[in-house]
Amino acid sequence: MNLCEIGRELERRYDGLVRVVQENPDLVVEVAREKLLEVCRFLKDTPDFEFNFLIFITAVDRVDYLEVVYCLRSMSNFRQIMLKVQVPADNPEVPSLTGIWPAAGFDERETYDLLGVRFSGHPDLTRILLPDDWEGHPLRKSYPVDKRPVRTY
Amino acid sequence: MQTTHEMVVNLGPQHPSTHGVMKLEVVMDGEYIVDCKPVIGQLHRGMEKMAEGMLYGQFIPITDRLDYLSPACNNLSYCLAVEKLLGIEAPERGKYIRVIIAEMQRIANHLVALGSWGLDLGAWTILLYTFRDREMLLDLFEMFCGQRMTLNCFRVGGTTYDLPDGFVEKAREFLEVIPSRINDYEALLTKNPIWMTRLRDVGVVSAEDALAYGLTGPNLRASGVKWDLRKVYPYEVYDRMQFDVPVGSRGDCLDRYYVRIQEMRQSCRIVQQALDQLPPGDIMVDMPTIALPNKEEFPNNFPEVVRHFHLLVQGYAPPEGEVYLGYENPKGELGFYLVSDGSGYPYRLKIRSPSFINMQIFPKIMRGAMLADVIAILASFDPVLGEIDR
Amino acid sequence: MGVDDRWKGYHETDPGPLGNLLTKVADLPGGQVLVGAADALVDWGRKCSIWPLTFGLACCAIEMMSTGASRYDIDRFGSGVFRPSPRHADVMLVAGTITYKMAPRVRRLYEQMPAPKWVIAYGNCACSGGPFNTYSVVQGMDEIAPVDVYIPGCPPRPEALLYGLMKLQDKIMAESLTRKGVPVLEPVRDRQGA
Repeated sequence: MNLCEIGRELERRYDGLVRVVQENPDLVVEVAREKLLEVCRFLKDTPDFEFNFLIFITAVDRVDYLEVVYCLRSMSNFRQIMLKVQVPADNPEVPSLTGIWPAAGFDERETYDLLGVRFSGHPDLTRILLPDDWEGHPLRKSYPVDKRPVRTY
Repeated sequence: MQTTHEMVVNLGPQHPSTHGVMKLEVVMDGEYIVDCKPVIGQLHRGMEKMAEGMLYGQFIPITDRLDYLSPACNNLSYCLAVEKLLGIEAPERGKYIRVIIAEMQRIANHLVALGSWGLDLGAWTILLYTFRDREMLLDLFEMFCGQRMTLNCFRVGGTTYDLPDGFVEKAREFLEVIPSRINDYEALLTKNPIWMTRLRDVGVVSAEDALAYGLTGPNLRASGVKWDLRKVYPYEVYDRMQFDVPVGSRGDCLDRYYVRIQEMRQSCRIVQQALDQLPPGDIMVDMPTIALPNKEEFPNNFPEVVRHFHLLVQGYAPPEGEVYLGYENPKGELGFYLVSDGSGYPYRLKIRSPSFINMQIFPKIMRGAMLADVIAILASFDPVLGEIDR
Repeated sequence: MGVDDRWKGYHETDPGPLGNLLTKVADLPGGQVLVGAADALVDWGRKCSIWPLTFGLACCAIEMMSTGASRYDIDRFGSGVFRPSPRHADVMLVAGTITYKMAPRVRRLYEQMPAPKWVIAYGNCACSGGPFNTYSVVQGMDEIAPVDVYIPGCPPRPEALLYGLMKLQDKIMAESLTRKGVPVLEPVRDRQGA
């Protein structure tokens, strides 16, 4: 089974809720928010797929909405796949993957910190890179790159 | 009966053993650790945000400051990601030069890792030895591109400079010297009972845990997982190189030490082979839209001057799409996730830094250890704060 | 460009008991000679053992370590004793980028150092923010504390650090006990309590 077939297999299984958006150079699949956990478990546990390694989690600010991106790797079949979940910009919330991969912990905190995506079910969703009393989420497109806080030292 | 109360010990952010400005909040019960929480972000420089306002080529010097112990490897990783987005490949000689410099950088990185590890555990001598040998490598880098640390020596589509005259000879001299020096370190450390006792069976990571927590690089291999991106996805010319992937068996600090020592030896082998096979030819792709014009003939050639100006001001625009490419950095898998909207600037750039992800396992393996082990475990993971905080 | 007077008078608030005594001595006939001799002796002692605070922030810290290691050997200038505690240190070698999360700690470390104390801003980031004109980076060490020597470079070579150190020694030799004293500081408002 090659990468394109994996994408088509996913589309067939979750009809209408999963959509392949890019096949080259990397396979990118868009997943509905409510199916994310199910798709991840399926990808991890199905013998032919075995996407057992979480590479990273991040998000992209598309101004109208946010895209949360998950990159998974199958270490037995040498493949990688990217999952995308669209969430509204005013209420960005997705389920946390910490129950499936503990590796998701820091990445989800970072995404919360820099982009303001909330991960429901995360054990410790606090700011990780910026101070706790920071205002705003710098990687949003509306945040100017040189907006610095008033000095407090 | 007396009871002890839990005590919180703050390790850092200003602490000589934290490898930078990291803080570990360690909850102690007597001498034993109940919980450990890494507090990071004291070096968060906003590189990902900067990238959104920079041309693809302009971001290369910033990648130097990520993992500042192996800048050439960061350059290479970033260039490979952009090349994947553009769908191009560097020419043969360029690839060989990249491999030579990147593998030398790997040796330099492991030398600093070893030196500062020894320093943390009270073996000051090893630091002086490793820094002495690292200077030989830094001289080679300086010969190649004029910088000691932040090399900024690769470009999208090739390298900035060709190897200068005398570089190959000097590199061979280095390769003759370094194996005996590595033996010296082993004589200093592996035969040192204090060093061995402080590392053996400390900070054990099982293979399942290592995968679940996303460890990569030497830290993953020390747990017995034979996973090296150079072997798995042989980019550049690694498929033509003969080298072994050292793995550990117990996953403790000692294995992480052995793996690093062995990796230095393997990198020497790779550099040796690459120097032997080094082909003549171009170092940059022959694409006017990507490669800068030849500086020697360009003052007399007006169209080339204009092209030079255009390339530096506007850059090049990759097609729309998104890619992720991971590269086997000395610390683990360093990857760049690039989203292109068809303009000359990346729409979003995410750095998957190995040290950041590797650090998540600390609370798990620190529990039950002694306070003195914290230093040994921390150093054994070889974290770099520039990369953790970005 | 005008002279940066953000930290003007910072060190000149109180010369301390010895300084006050010497100020009185200087008014006596021939006292200037005595004060000059005392200054020269004390300054010579100070300049030959400037102990730096082990304070690596970022990339430049590695070049700082190189300077301390075998080839460059900063010990030749009496500055090889890197102290982990600010209470033992004379010079704060700010090697690297200062962020807003770190700035309160940098300020506190500076305050914890006993006078006389000096600051070397090592590297572009510590001088002016360097390449990082971003939301989280403090644009230079001089926003936090007065800087005596700026060493530009990204990172500067070890030779540059040695040169900067020699410049600092020159500066110390020009100091007088009657002027430099204990700075009076506002209390720190800490972000995170650490």
